[in-house]
Amino acid sequence: MSQFFTQAVLIAAVASGIRLAVPLLLASLGETFGQRSGVLNLGVDGIMLLGAFGGYYTVLKTDNVWLGLAMGVGVGIILGLVSAVISVTLKAEQGISGIGIYLFGLGMSDLLFQKLVGTPLPVSSFPKLDIPGLSDIPILGAMLFRHSIIVYVAFGLVPISMYIINRTTFGMNIRAVGENPEAADSLGVSVVRIRYLTVTIGGMMAGIAGAALAIDLGIFQQNLTNAQGFIAIALVYFGAWRPAGVMAGSLLYGFVNSVVLQFKTLGIIPRSWSDIAAMAPAIITILALVLVARRFRQPAALTKPFTRGT
Amino acid sequence: MKNRHLTWLALVLALMMVLVACGDSTDDTTAGTDAPDVTTAPDATTAPDDTSAPDDTSAPDDTAPSTDTTAAPAAPFRIAIVAPSASNDLAFTQSIVDAVNVIKSEMGNVEVAVTDGTFIVEDAAAAIRGYASEGYDLVIAHGSQYGGSLQEIAPDFPDVSFAWGTAADTFGLDNVYSYEAASDEGGYVMGVMAAALSETGTIGIVGPIEVGDAKLYVDGFAAGAMAQDPGAKVNINYTGSFSDVALASEAAQAHAAAGADVMSGTAQMVVGAVGVADEVGALWFGTQANQTSLASDIVVASQVYHWEVILREIIANLNSGTMGGEIYTINLANGGEVIEFNPDYSLPDEVRQLADATIAGIIDGSISTGQ
Repeated sequence: MSQFFTQAVLIAAVASGIRLAVPLLLASLGETFGQRSGVLNLGVDGIMLLGAFGGYYTVLKTDNVWLGLAMGVGVGIILGLVSAVISVTLKAEQGISGIGIYLFGLGMSDLLFQKLVGTPLPVSSFPKLDIPGLSDIPILGAMLFRHSIIVYVAFGLVPISMYIINRTTFGMNIRAVGENPEAADSLGVSVVRIRYLTVTIGGMMAGIAGAALAIDLGIFQQNLTNAQGFIAIALVYFGAWRPAGVMAGSLLYGFVNSVVLQFKTLGIIPRSWSDIAAMAPAIITILALVLVARRFRQPAALTKPFTRGT
Repeated sequence: MKNRHLTWLALVLALMMVLVACGDSTDDTTAGTDAPDVTTAPDATTAPDDTSAPDDTSAPDDTAPSTDTTAAPAAPFRIAIVAPSASNDLAFTQSIVDAVNVIKSEMGNVEVAVTDGTFIVEDAAAAIRGYASEGYDLVIAHGSQYGGSLQEIAPDFPDVSFAWGTAADTFGLDNVYSYEAASDEGGYVMGVMAAALSETGTIGIVGPIEVGDAKLYVDGFAAGAMAQDPGAKVNINYTGSFSDVALASEAAQAHAAAGADVMSGTAQMVVGAVGVADEVGALWFGTQANQTSLASDIVVASQVYHWEVILREIIANLNSGTMGGEIYTINLANGGEVIEFNPDYSLPDEVRQLADATIAGIIDGSISTGQ
């Protein structure tokens, strides 16, 4: 156990936890917007996968990571709009339609990869950015301020999301539509417009999350996200539909994963326990966040389609 | 109005499913067309003459009508593959796809169908049953997790032959072959080289789940490293997933933090770990397929599976009327496992000689991998 508490290992564990949290954080922040307005999108993982392939393929062809990220944004917006059409305009059952989007993303990303790329080829990753001054702080600097740019972008979006949801008219409308769409509608708020915007924002963020994952890894492979989109959806619930909550959940999941990895690497966890240890991040995150989430309730209109006059 | 919306929704979902289905099955396979550079096989092995994947574009066109009007064209030998990851994963699935492509190039009149990416066992079972229903001559269930499904399906199709791996169990069924890889042998050779090349004396291995040929490879690698350098520190990390690329990447970061300057790993998720090894300047040893293309500066060598060695025997048996009941193993001696060295990596002569001597020792039995 003492091997874990060495400077190099502790720095590696914290930095790793932050990196692992990033795709989850991006996707769950976006999903928070949708769910706060009353729309559950179970297709997050599918959108992430197509965002991941779009981002990866763009970088492969252009060697420009920013174009790759932009492609992730574009793919996410398009699929977010598709999700909105299905769940808001067509009023489809949100769970089933989300699974359809997921399966579409899973199959289509693999099909495009097979046809356009073939064998996995490495691509450029996001450049690292050492924050001037802060990165020189002993230990903490290496843990927190020597990451790739996308890490700072992801965590920077947390206060922005908090501000939008809690301090703006748009955010107030989102919350009103998610709690009582009929009342919001009677006050002149366009429920359809708000939900279209939030689901599209959610799609965009999922696309960014996928692109960020693929570009940061510098590779694409079938089912690259490995169901992270579903974990992100769970984190929204357990993070109590609050940006700070989903950030805490994402970090907890990332840190537990990274600590387990370090424990296994150093032999602190016996090899015979590997399979059980692999479940630890999910179990610990769920237990911890259930305790927190019990104090909050979900948006009253979540998963309920809105029809004027009902 | 509502019904019209529902109709549109149904059409959209149906279109999605059709598009997804398009990606599932192919009449031909292109994985492996990025063939590794032809490398020198160890003298001691009976490696196939051609270790590169065939160019599918040069394969006979099985679907073309025969110009011979005097006789009907012979029916093609039909092989179906059901596998858990992508055909071009540079690992487990690609190894069997490449092997079937070799068989196709050798036999000529072969029709190949592939359903890859069936990491959900129920999907694989449906595909296996589907191919059997279509009367394929040989259905390859390439995944140890498919065993339970195959045990249920195979008795329903006594006229179809099934091959299942990696495992050593035919369930007592006359129409099931099973195959496995003695991956500990190549792993041992890699481990010997890794210990010889490591400057820090710390080696990191990324594994998926501690089962099957993944466990054999990891254990063989560790045994080889310890045999070469009893003072070496071999850190082993099973991520618990065959497909989590991000976790494999972070596992490699953990190895780097622990001081590893040589790494290896097995299963399709290691593409993430290779990237990290490249980033931190650690050497990499691959397995299952040639992984040189992932990072030609740091990949020293790869243990490559050549399942065609046992597929030839299975097909010969089928032609003589034996539908199954045999268990096959690929290893260094029969050429089913070949160590392919990266020509772009300057391997010191003494390490190469050490590798060749280890291969020869394993083949003649003077070296035991301990497995």
